[in-house]
Amino acid sequence: MSMSNEALLTLEGVQSFYGHIAALRGVDITVRAGEIVTLIGANGAGKSTLLMTICGNPHAAQGRILFDGQDITRMSSHEIVRRGIAQAPEGRRIFARMTVLENLQLGALSAPPTHYARDLQRVFALFPVLKQRSRQRGGTLSGGEQQMLAIGRALMSRPRLLLLDEPSLGLAPLLVRQIFGAIREINALEGTTVLLVEQDAFHALRLAHRGYVMVNGRIALTGTGAELLANPDVRAAYLEGGVPLPTAGSS
Amino acid sequence: MGYFLQQLINGLTLGMIYGLIALGYTMVYGIIGMINFAHGEIYMIGAFLAVIGFTVLGLLGISYVPVALLIVLFTAMLFTAVYGWTLERVAYRPLRSAPRLAPLISAIGASIFFQNYVQLAQGARVKPIAPVISGGYTVFEEGGFTVQLSYVQILIWLLTLALMVAFALLIQRTSLGRAQRACEQDRAMASLVGIDVNRTISLTFVIGATLAAVAGVMVTLYYGVVDFYIGFLAGIKAFTAAVLGGIGSLPGAMLGGLILGLVEAFWSAYFSVEYKDVAAFTILVLVLIFKPSGLLGRPEVEKV
Repeated sequence: MSMSNEALLTLEGVQSFYGHIAALRGVDITVRAGEIVTLIGANGAGKSTLLMTICGNPHAAQGRILFDGQDITRMSSHEIVRRGIAQAPEGRRIFARMTVLENLQLGALSAPPTHYARDLQRVFALFPVLKQRSRQRGGTLSGGEQQMLAIGRALMSRPRLLLLDEPSLGLAPLLVRQIFGAIREINALEGTTVLLVEQDAFHALRLAHRGYVMVNGRIALTGTGAELLANPDVRAAYLEGGVPLPTAGSS
Repeated sequence: MGYFLQQLINGLTLGMIYGLIALGYTMVYGIIGMINFAHGEIYMIGAFLAVIGFTVLGLLGISYVPVALLIVLFTAMLFTAVYGWTLERVAYRPLRSAPRLAPLISAIGASIFFQNYVQLAQGARVKPIAPVISGGYTVFEEGGFTVQLSYVQILIWLLTLALMVAFALLIQRTSLGRAQRACEQDRAMASLVGIDVNRTISLTFVIGATLAAVAGVMVTLYYGVVDFYIGFLAGIKAFTAAVLGGIGSLPGAMLGGLILGLVEAFWSAYFSVEYKDVAAFTILVLVLIFKPSGLLGRPEVEKV
């Protein structure tokens, strides 16, 4: 594993609105190159908004986002993505009326064309079912296959930072294990840095090097995956079906 | 029989011109969900550029038809591309997130502006040009009736077919086409894979405008006259064609154009020329009532 102390992504005091609602109320996180970092929290805590804000949709209302030392706060989505951030977003958002192959080709848009054939083989090796279905329309895939396609599409851009939004949502346990296995493989073999948003806190914390717990648009807790797994508050709130953590600070 | 065949030839020719204009409507609708009511004026500008082009080339003594035609087509496409690009930039982009009615009003405003601009710059009178291409084949004669397929008609058919093939390849095979389809389906996700959505929308307007320019040049060759008002009727007819074929569907636009052209030709031939527009717009009304998604369109059902 090629973990370094170099920050690949830094958020400083990021605030963001979802419509008129303040979804992020000053978020500071750091993701170092080579890490898998997970962000856990209840529904509506602002996790998805955080990933979308990193990609500039919506733009952060306050604060700064640095990627590889560069300020990307004001850049438009496609400029951010072309700098090496890819996202498999909430709801997968497959291009339903395009084939699996076309979805993957779109993913490769911001990668150098010379890598296309090799990257495609790599994605097919990771998710063989996509190869079988490559001529099928994206909309005809099952939920799990669509999730694989969403991740595969993100990988086709050869991202340095991969943002994954609830890849386990609605999937059978066996598929969840397969997807989490793939994430570990992408990180270990390719050194791709991963920021993973999950409701399945147990699997996510076991997979991740570090984690952040988000409550009401703020970071409430942080630590290594193992530390958070052992934390009684985290266990009570996210692992044993208890009440969510109280909001950090006042809101 | 001969009469019927002649109407078939005329109707197909007209239909191809409608189809080319309809492609621009349907493309823009597909990508930003808005009817570009100024599209007919772009076609009109294309026709005027043809008149100006052929006149200037005539003065310069360039009369070899293929060369003159290529120069005129190329210039008309280039200029209308600039018009299309500017139109999107000025009239539509600032209203991208406004309520749907706002860009519609802006479109009609742009249309009125273009008509008056051309009227001021070129005058209100009908502009004729000397026939550039004359003659044709006699398909057959029957009882004193000659079925003619003119060279201009052949040119219109060939050019339209070539453009359709090129256009289909562009949409299906190139990364620009994929980007356009992606923007059509999910604009936010398209930008998340690195597509410059604004640029893609601009290029869609540019491509639509160049197709309309080709239609304008061909109409000038076909009828030999243009005036500043032709964009209005042609625009609404092409819009009808796009709705008939299924708005948002590219093959539908072509099919709708051909059907509309044939209906108009046969209606004029067998019923009344005066009421040919009634026939065309009756189709629009019937389609909107009974099959709003059109012949090849997709019903507006979003799967979650």
